[in-house]
Amino acid sequence: MSGTAAISVKLFAGLAEARGWRERRIDYAPGMTVADVWCGQTGESALPPRVLCAVNMDYCAADTVLAPGDEVGFFPPVTGGQHDG
Amino acid sequence: MTVSVRDAPFEPYAELAAYERLRFARPGQFGASASFVGSMRDLNEGDAVTRMTLEHYPGMTERHLEAICAEATARWSLLDTLVIHRVGLVLPGDPIVLVAAWSAHRAEAFTACRHIMEDLKSRAPFWKKETTAHGDRWVARNTPGVPRTAAADE
Repeated sequence: MSGTAAISVKLFAGLAEARGWRERRIDYAPGMTVADVWCGQTGESALPPRVLCAVNMDYCAADTVLAPGDEVGFFPPVTGGQHDG
Repeated sequence: MTVSVRDAPFEPYAELAAYERLRFARPGQFGASASFVGSMRDLNEGDAVTRMTLEHYPGMTERHLEAICAEATARWSLLDTLVIHRVGLVLPGDPIVLVAAWSAHRAEAFTACRHIMEDLKSRAPFWKKETTAHGDRWVARNTPGVPRTAAADE
Protein backbone atom coordinates (compact mmCIF):
# COMPACT_ATOMS: atom_id res chain seq x y z
CA MET A 1 0.00 0.00 0.00
CA SER A 2 1.11 3.58 -0.42
CA GLY A 3 1.48 5.98 2.49
CA THR A 4 -1.24 8.31 1.25
CA ALA A 5 -3.84 5.56 0.94
CA ALA A 6 -3.65 4.57 4.59
CA ILE A 7 -6.49 5.27 7.01
CA SER A 8 -5.60 7.21 10.15
CA VAL A 9 -7.44 5.96 13.25
CA LYS A 10 -7.65 8.05 16.43
CA LEU A 11 -9.08 7.21 19.85
CA PHE A 12 -9.83 9.80 22.52
CA ALA A 13 -10.42 10.07 26.29
CA GLY A 14 -11.51 6.85 28.02
CA LEU A 15 -11.44 4.83 24.80
CA ALA A 16 -7.75 5.61 24.29
CA GLU A 17 -6.90 4.92 27.93
CA ALA A 18 -8.72 1.61 28.02
CA ARG A 19 -6.98 0.34 24.90
CA GLY A 20 -3.55 1.85 25.46
CA TRP A 21 -3.22 3.60 22.10
CA ARG A 22 -4.31 6.89 20.57
CA GLU A 23 -3.41 6.79 16.93
CA ARG A 24 -2.71 4.16 14.30
CA ARG A 25 -2.38 4.02 10.55
CA ILE A 26 -4.04 1.05 8.92
CA ASP A 27 -4.31 -0.22 5.36
CA TYR A 28 -7.22 1.01 3.28
CA ALA A 29 -9.47 -1.61 1.69
CA PRO A 30 -12.22 -0.75 -0.82
CA GLY A 31 -15.67 -0.69 0.77
CA MET A 32 -14.43 -0.58 4.36
CA THR A 33 -16.74 1.24 6.78
CA VAL A 34 -16.17 3.08 10.05
CA ALA A 35 -17.64 0.11 11.95
CA ASP A 36 -15.24 -2.24 10.11
CA VAL A 37 -12.32 -0.16 11.36
CA TRP A 38 -13.59 -0.28 14.95
CA CYS A 39 -14.12 -4.06 14.84
CA GLY A 40 -10.78 -4.66 13.15
CA GLN A 41 -8.84 -2.62 15.68
CA THR A 42 -10.65 -3.66 18.88
CA GLY A 43 -11.69 -7.25 18.14
CA GLU A 44 -15.30 -6.35 19.00
CA SER A 45 -18.21 -7.49 16.84
CA ALA A 46 -19.93 -4.10 16.49
CA LEU A 47 -19.50 -0.40 17.21
CA PRO A 48 -21.19 0.21 20.60
CA PRO A 49 -23.99 2.84 20.56
CA ARG A 50 -22.17 4.96 23.15
CA VAL A 51 -19.07 5.29 20.97
CA LEU A 52 -19.28 8.33 18.68
CA CYS A 53 -17.41 8.43 15.40
CA ALA A 54 -16.21 11.04 12.94
CA VAL A 55 -14.67 10.92 9.49
CA ASN A 56 -12.33 13.79 8.64
CA MET A 57 -13.58 15.58 11.79
CA ASP A 58 -17.28 15.44 10.94
CA TYR A 59 -19.70 13.26 12.91
CA CYS A 60 -20.72 10.24 10.85
CA ALA A 61 -22.77 7.06 10.95
CA ALA A 62 -21.14 3.69 11.69
CA ASP A 63 -21.86 2.45 8.16
CA THR A 64 -20.05 5.36 6.47
CA VAL A 65 -17.81 4.03 3.70
CA LEU A 66 -14.23 5.30 3.83
CA ALA A 67 -12.02 6.72 1.11
CA PRO A 68 -8.22 6.36 0.92
CA GLY A 69 -6.49 8.83 3.25
CA ASP A 70 -9.50 9.38 5.53
CA GLU A 71 -9.07 10.08 9.24
CA VAL A 72 -11.45 8.18 11.54
CA GLY A 73 -11.98 9.30 15.15
CA PHE A 74 -13.74 7.31 17.89
CA PHE A 75 -14.72 8.91 21.20
CA PRO A 76 -17.15 8.83 24.15
CA PRO A 77 -20.11 11.22 24.49
CA VAL A 78 -18.74 14.74 24.83
CA THR A 79 -18.66 16.66 28.13
CA GLY A 80 -17.48 20.19 27.33
CA GLY A 81 -18.63 23.44 28.84
CA GLN A 82 -18.96 24.28 32.50
CA HIS A 83 -18.39 21.71 35.19
CA ASP A 84 -21.91 20.67 36.10
CA GLY A 85 -21.74 16.94 35.52
CA MET B 1 -16.31 35.40 14.92
CA THR B 2 -13.49 34.06 17.02
CA VAL B 3 -12.96 30.59 18.49
CA SER B 4 -10.00 29.90 20.75
CA VAL B 5 -8.98 26.70 22.56
CA ARG B 6 -6.46 27.49 25.32
CA ASP B 7 -4.14 25.28 27.34
CA ALA B 8 -3.46 28.02 29.91
CA PRO B 9 -5.75 29.92 32.32
CA PHE B 10 -7.59 32.94 30.92
CA GLU B 11 -9.46 35.87 32.44
CA PRO B 12 -12.87 35.98 30.73
CA TYR B 13 -13.83 39.55 31.57
CA ALA B 14 -10.51 40.97 30.41
CA GLU B 15 -10.83 38.91 27.21
CA LEU B 16 -14.34 40.22 26.68
CA ALA B 17 -13.32 43.85 27.13
CA ALA B 18 -10.28 43.48 24.86
CA TYR B 19 -12.30 41.73 22.16
CA GLU B 20 -14.98 44.40 22.21
CA ARG B 21 -12.38 47.16 21.86
CA LEU B 22 -10.78 45.29 18.95
CA ARG B 23 -13.95 44.41 17.04
CA PHE B 24 -16.18 47.40 17.71
CA ALA B 25 -13.89 50.38 17.31
CA ARG B 26 -16.75 52.70 16.43
CA PRO B 27 -19.05 53.45 19.41
CA GLY B 28 -22.68 52.44 19.00
CA GLN B 29 -22.15 49.56 16.61
CA PHE B 30 -24.16 47.10 18.73
CA GLY B 31 -27.13 47.44 21.02
CA ALA B 32 -26.76 44.28 23.06
CA SER B 33 -24.20 41.78 24.21
CA ALA B 34 -24.75 38.63 26.26
CA SER B 35 -22.01 36.52 27.77
CA PHE B 36 -21.73 33.30 29.73
CA VAL B 37 -18.79 32.13 31.83
CA GLY B 38 -18.58 28.54 33.05
CA SER B 39 -16.02 27.64 35.68
CA MET B 40 -14.87 24.58 37.57
CA ARG B 41 -16.74 23.61 40.72
CA ASP B 42 -15.00 21.78 43.56
CA LEU B 43 -17.85 19.26 43.89
CA ASN B 44 -19.44 16.76 41.49
CA GLU B 45 -21.84 13.91 42.25
CA GLY B 46 -21.20 14.31 45.97
CA ASP B 47 -17.40 14.08 45.77
CA ALA B 48 -14.82 16.81 46.29
CA VAL B 49 -12.96 17.37 43.02
CA THR B 50 -9.42 18.67 43.40
CA ARG B 51 -8.46 19.03 39.75
CA MET B 52 -9.62 18.20 36.29
CA THR B 53 -8.02 17.47 32.94
CA LEU B 54 -9.81 18.49 29.77
CA GLU B 55 -9.01 16.58 26.59
CA HIS B 56 -10.22 17.51 23.12
CA TYR B 57 -9.95 16.49 19.47
CA PRO B 58 -7.61 19.14 18.03
CA GLY B 59 -8.93 20.40 14.71
CA MET B 60 -12.41 18.91 15.10
CA THR B 61 -13.04 21.06 18.18
CA GLU B 62 -12.31 24.33 16.40
CA ARG B 63 -14.21 23.20 13.31
CA HIS B 64 -17.34 22.42 15.31
CA LEU B 65 -17.22 25.53 17.47
CA GLU B 66 -16.89 27.62 14.31
CA ALA B 67 -19.84 25.79 12.73
CA ILE B 68 -21.97 26.35 15.85
CA CYS B 69 -21.15 30.08 15.88
CA ALA B 70 -21.75 30.45 12.14
CA GLU B 71 -25.17 28.80 12.48
CA ALA B 72 -26.09 31.08 15.37
CA THR B 73 -24.84 34.17 13.54
CA ALA B 74 -27.01 33.41 10.52
CA ARG B 75 -30.05 32.45 12.57
CA TRP B 76 -30.08 35.45 14.90
CA SER B 77 -28.35 38.07 12.70
CA LEU B 78 -25.50 38.43 15.18
CA LEU B 79 -22.81 41.05 14.76
CA ASP B 80 -20.07 38.93 16.32
CA THR B 81 -19.38 35.94 18.58
CA LEU B 82 -16.51 34.92 20.83
CA VAL B 83 -15.88 31.47 22.29
CA ILE B 84 -12.88 30.61 24.47
CA HIS B 85 -12.54 27.10 25.96
CA ARG B 86 -9.87 25.68 28.23
CA VAL B 87 -8.12 22.34 27.80
CA GLY B 88 -5.44 20.70 29.94
CA LEU B 89 -5.17 20.91 33.71
CA VAL B 90 -7.95 22.95 35.34
CA LEU B 91 -8.29 23.80 39.05
CA PRO B 92 -11.43 24.67 41.07
CA GLY B 93 -12.51 28.23 40.32
CA ASP B 94 -10.75 28.36 36.96
CA PRO B 95 -12.88 29.63 34.08
CA ILE B 96 -13.49 26.79 31.58
CA VAL B 97 -15.59 28.47 28.93
CA LEU B 98 -16.58 31.94 27.76
CA VAL B 99 -19.36 32.43 25.22
CA ALA B 100 -20.37 35.91 24.06
CA ALA B 101 -22.75 37.18 21.38
CA TRP B 102 -23.26 40.72 20.09
CA SER B 103 -26.40 41.88 18.29
CA ALA B 104 -28.61 44.87 17.67
CA HIS B 105 -31.22 43.85 20.26
CA ARG B 106 -31.23 41.94 23.55
CA ALA B 107 -33.48 39.02 22.59
CA GLU B 108 -31.10 37.81 19.89
CA ALA B 109 -28.03 38.18 22.11
CA PHE B 110 -29.58 36.27 25.05
CA THR B 111 -30.98 33.49 22.90
CA ALA B 112 -27.88 33.04 20.76
CA CYS B 113 -25.51 32.98 23.74
CA ARG B 114 -27.54 30.24 25.40
CA HIS B 115 -27.90 28.30 22.15
CA ILE B 116 -24.16 28.38 21.42
CA MET B 117 -23.42 27.15 24.94
CA GLU B 118 -25.93 24.30 24.76
CA ASP B 119 -24.67 23.25 21.33
CA LEU B 120 -21.08 23.36 22.55
CA LYS B 121 -21.94 21.00 25.40
CA SER B 122 -23.67 18.51 23.14
CA ARG B 123 -21.50 18.63 19.99
CA ALA B 124 -17.97 19.93 20.58
CA PRO B 125 -15.48 17.10 21.23
CA PHE B 126 -14.26 17.84 24.77
CA TRP B 127 -13.93 15.32 27.62
CA LYS B 128 -13.35 15.90 31.32
CA LYS B 129 -11.45 13.72 33.74
CA GLU B 130 -11.86 14.53 37.44
CA THR B 131 -9.46 13.82 40.26
CA THR B 132 -11.22 12.96 43.55
CA ALA B 133 -10.24 11.24 46.82
CA HIS B 134 -11.40 8.00 45.15
CA GLY B 135 -9.05 8.48 42.19
CA ASP B 136 -9.49 9.73 38.65
CA ARG B 137 -12.71 9.28 36.69
CA TRP B 138 -14.06 10.41 33.31
CA VAL B 139 -17.14 12.59 33.57
CA ALA B 140 -20.00 10.74 31.87
CA ARG B 141 -22.91 12.25 30.03
CA ASN B 142 -26.30 10.79 30.82
CA THR B 143 -27.72 11.09 27.34
CA PRO B 144 -26.01 8.64 25.00
CA GLY B 145 -24.79 8.76 21.50
CA VAL B 146 -26.12 10.91 18.76
CA PRO B 147 -25.26 14.61 18.95
CA ARG B 148 -28.20 16.93 18.54
CA THR B 149 -28.46 19.06 15.48
CA ALA B 150 -29.05 22.78 15.71
CA ALA B 151 -32.48 22.33 14.17
CA ALA B 152 -33.52 19.82 16.83
CA ASP B 153 -32.44 22.06 19.67
CA GLU B 154 -35.66 23.94 20.24
